[in-house]
Amino acid sequence: MSNNRVSRRQFLGYTLTGVGGFMAAGMLMPMVRFAVDPILQQHEGGDFVLTDQAVADITEEPVRVDFSFEQTDAWYVSEVTNSAWVYKEGDKLIALSPVCKHLGCTVNWAGDPEQPTQFFCPCHAGRYEKNGQNIPGTPPLGPLDEYEVQDQDGFVAIGAVRDNTLV
Amino acid sequence: MLNKLYDWVDERLDITPIWRDIADHEVPEHVNPAHHFSAFVYCFGGLTFFITVIQILSGMFLTMYYVPDIENAWQSVYYLQNEVAFGEIVRGMHHWGASLVVVMIFLHTLRVFFTGSYKKPRELNWVVGVMLFGVILGLSFTGYLLPWDMKALFATKVGIEIAASVPVIGETIKILLAGDSTILGAQTLTRFFAIHVFFLPAALLGLLAAHFIMIRRQGISGPL
Repeated sequence: MSNNRVSRRQFLGYTLTGVGGFMAAGMLMPMVRFAVDPILQQHEGGDFVLTDQAVADITEEPVRVDFSFEQTDAWYVSEVTNSAWVYKEGDKLIALSPVCKHLGCTVNWAGDPEQPTQFFCPCHAGRYEKNGQNIPGTPPLGPLDEYEVQDQDGFVAIGAVRDNTLV
Repeated sequence: MLNKLYDWVDERLDITPIWRDIADHEVPEHVNPAHHFSAFVYCFGGLTFFITVIQILSGMFLTMYYVPDIENAWQSVYYLQNEVAFGEIVRGMHHWGASLVVVMIFLHTLRVFFTGSYKKPRELNWVVGVMLFGVILGLSFTGYLLPWDMKALFATKVGIEIAASVPVIGETIKILLAGDSTILGAQTLTRFFAIHVFFLPAALLGLLAAHFIMIRRQGISGPL
């Protein structure tokens, strides 16, 4: 017991380290939480945005459908126009995101004349099948994202973006 | 007059040893271009520092007009370049210096590599030098977005996607940089501004101090 006695010097050392640690944490914790806030923000699923593309006009050939919505970027609210590649698989509507999974450029359907049944990214020649599956040997590492899509009174409505469910 | 002023201060604070320690040091013959012209390769480190000082000064002055806000950033850059006297010069110094500092740091690295100066006992200084290289590239990346033109926006989109391709933590890095999981906008610009103007320069100054203290402790490496 007497061997493990805490000396006055040790006691002061522990106390000062502990108090100093609390003071440092008290300063750093609010700043770190402040900086990482975007990671911890909850995103509610977006509403469906109605487009002026008639569902009846959609074929099995993907067409580009633009849709506009009000985007809230922290304190900045603006009208943003995005687009989706929409086609029918049987009776099912499918909408794919045009954002290339390589580095975020915009892909085009049949953008490469030699590949008329594929999506093509002009930046680094990334290619995807019609269902969004990336072609092995081209730069993208994953399939194109997919939009939730609905038929609202005969018009295409586009919802939130999610991982591709077709491949 | 100046001498008297110096003596007055020195008598009280004994400052001569302080600046002697900083200014008085050996410059061996093999690194002095006056002796062997090819020794100019030993100037690249000093030139990197010289341009870094220009970057810090010109950057400080640029913030007198620049605002990191997506509505006004481009206008403020346009204004400071075209309406303010010498604006084209001051922005030009920062713009061209940014590229030049990367070129110089690269040449400096090559010289250290090919003269073998990174070897024992100078390994730690090489490590700090690599960190400095990283900080400089970070400054280049974050500064590129600030004019908020199309080139800046799309370069940053691509750059952030590259960061996002890191395994496991890529998505977190992306949100931490962009301030949002999908939007590259208002929060991205303010974050990049803060990183460019406060966080990375602080790291840069600390690492530079370590770099210089180590080179002074260890001296310049010997001739080939």
